[in-house]
Amino acid sequence: MGPLGLIIPMEGGGEDDLHHWPPGVHSFDPKPLFPDAGMDWVNTYLLQAVIGTILVILVWLWFAKDQKVVPGFKQWVGEQLYNMVRNGIGREALGADYRKFTPYLVGLFSFILVNNLFGQFFLTMFPTFSRVGYAYALALLSWLLYNGVGIAKHGLGGYLKLMTMPKGVPGPLYVIIIPLEILSNFIVRPVTLALRLFANLFAGHLVVIVFVVGGSLLLEQTSVVYQIAGGASLLMAFPIFALEIFVGVLQAYIFTVLTAQYVASSLAEDH
Amino acid sequence: MTTILEINLGPLLPALPEFIAGIVLFIVIWIVMAKKVVPAFEKTYQERSAAIQGGIEKAEAAQAEAAAALEEYRQQLAGARDEASSIREEAKAQGAQILAEMRTKAQEEADRLIAQAKAQIEAERVQAVQQLRGEIGGLATNLAGKIVGESLDDDERARRTVDRFIADLEASDAERV
Repeated sequence: MGPLGLIIPMEGGGEDDLHHWPPGVHSFDPKPLFPDAGMDWVNTYLLQAVIGTILVILVWLWFAKDQKVVPGFKQWVGEQLYNMVRNGIGREALGADYRKFTPYLVGLFSFILVNNLFGQFFLTMFPTFSRVGYAYALALLSWLLYNGVGIAKHGLGGYLKLMTMPKGVPGPLYVIIIPLEILSNFIVRPVTLALRLFANLFAGHLVVIVFVVGGSLLLEQTSVVYQIAGGASLLMAFPIFALEIFVGVLQAYIFTVLTAQYVASSLAEDH
Repeated sequence: MTTILEINLGPLLPALPEFIAGIVLFIVIWIVMAKKVVPAFEKTYQERSAAIQGGIEKAEAAQAEAAAALEEYRQQLAGARDEASSIREEAKAQGAQILAEMRTKAQEEADRLIAQAKAQIEAERVQAVQQLRGEIGGLATNLAGKIVGESLDDDERARRTVDRFIADLEASDAERV
């Protein structure tokens, strides 16, 4: 693996990076932690996701510990983060019902955020959600959540009517509207939720690989022109990192906001 | 013809272990959030708003108390002022009454004194006139007898003369007064 193994420890791939150029889907292949144990699912990405989970839990428990009416600096920071999700996302979308969903939304936002930032963290250098399985997992949970609370509130029939038969539509149009609403509310919503998160992180990571791995490959060439291009490419990697951090935060926010919105639309009296 | 299961999804095809791991890990986070983290934050928020609410209520109570005390003092002050002015008026009225009474009494006393003095003077005058009438009559008779050298023993005539003289005197007296 050479020096790249140090830069991108969690990076997928086979034995020889040079054979992996150009980067592609194979760059995201998992690397089993115990290649000979026959448990290929215990791979670096799972380890990373578990570390992310533990990190999220520990940080929040640390923020929640020894809370006082008059907050210190640590508690103040925790409250700012907590309020951003609780008030800025939850209360904004859900109105009076927001309290029940605060744990889900705060957890969701932190889990996605931490795993996205792993893409730029020097020990990991890989965003967990560029593996689509994790993105599908969260989308499925959000799908279950918003449909579940909708059915719990309106009953199955009432909920289906609410989601598929918007008020004020002339009778015959329901022939078109109902299939469209079913498609939009039950299929497109979770799929776009997952794919938006996955695709942003996947593409971002691919760009990072192109600039970093491509840049270092160019530096290893003998031609001076290639070496200059390689240096420029490595320098460009830093603005790309900054952009990716922004994208990671934004995607965590969007996923959480949309989940809150979907829950709100399920709880609404009117479509 | 390929069914949907045979389409090569590429990177969109999830690895089942990752899918399950994602669900399990996030549910763990969710449980910890719901059981520990969010209750801790919400408890703090409630305590905080209770503390603020309590502070506001306390301040409001203190303000109300102060306003009540001020109102009470104002009423007391107004009462005292009313009382003072009524006392003053009463005193004024009383003073005037006393003054009038004193004046009446003094007037009465003065009238009484004057009347008494007048009566005394009158009595003394009458007494003096009586006395004078006798003495002057004798003196005048003696004197006249000595002057004319003749006896005026004829008492009847002499008394008439004297009486006439005194009557003249009285008449001139009355004219003078």
